[in-house]
Amino acid sequence: MAAIQPRISIEYIEDATVVAFTDEKILEDVDVRALRESIEAIIEQAGRIHLVLDFRHVKFLSSAVLGLLIRISKRIHEQGGELRLCSIHPGIYEVFKITRLTNVFDIYEDVSSAAQSFSDHQ
Amino acid sequence: MASEAPIHCSIVVESKPSALSEPCRRLLAAMAEKGYGQDDVFAVHLAMEEAFFNAVKHGNKMDPDKKVKVQWLVDGEKVDVQLEDEGQGFQPESVPDPRFGQNLYRPEGRGLLLINAYMHVVEYNEQGNGLHMVRYKDAPLPESGERPTA
Repeated sequence: MAAIQPRISIEYIEDATVVAFTDEKILEDVDVRALRESIEAIIEQAGRIHLVLDFRHVKFLSSAVLGLLIRISKRIHEQGGELRLCSIHPGIYEVFKITRLTNVFDIYEDVSSAAQSFSDHQ
Repeated sequence: MASEAPIHCSIVVESKPSALSEPCRRLLAAMAEKGYGQDDVFAVHLAMEEAFFNAVKHGNKMDPDKKVKVQWLVDGEKVDVQLEDEGQGFQPESVPDPRFGQNLYRPEGRGLLLINAYMHVVEYNEQGNGLHMVRYKDAPLPESGERPTA
């Protein structure tokens, strides 16, 4: 088993691809890079993706993860897709507020409202 | 009942991000022993990770021959942390504010902002390769991210 690979789970709700981070802590550079590769592969495969990143399991992250989100967001927009974040714990939401990334990302309370938001825009 | 004697640690570790795991685990355990709450633990953990990553990546530039000195002390009132790398040092004022303009869309450069936001005292040595930071127990911080840098 590849212990170093950070875990994600994938599900599909209508036309949204929901990727959940399943680790409680995302810290190490090597983990962030591995996550980036995994998620970018999903984006490449999907083309114009409607991607929801679900943070419900995540209790702690470093600013390297914020950088990962910026990179993923750019990639998605380059391909004409859209990104939503959801289920962010209050402590981590504070990190988004401090860095003002609440102005950059569309953040929803839960997966269903995030997935629903794509059809609301159509 | 928590002991009144401070818990402290001084260790020199390798220049790789994973080298922080053990000293950080011990620091967080010491905070738990001294009765610190979740908010304090989250804050110190985040500041420690960001500061160490900066020391390894920007200070020592991932040079395996260079080390980082990590010192911390936890008592009933505060957590006091010092980190020193073997790099050239830097001027914190020269780091662009990641909250404004195009910097908001850069993938890097948020570590110092977070350290300043979560710690009550943040100060650098003259060379800029040493960081001293303090978090007081259960003490409020100014508005998120709005406090001036040390």
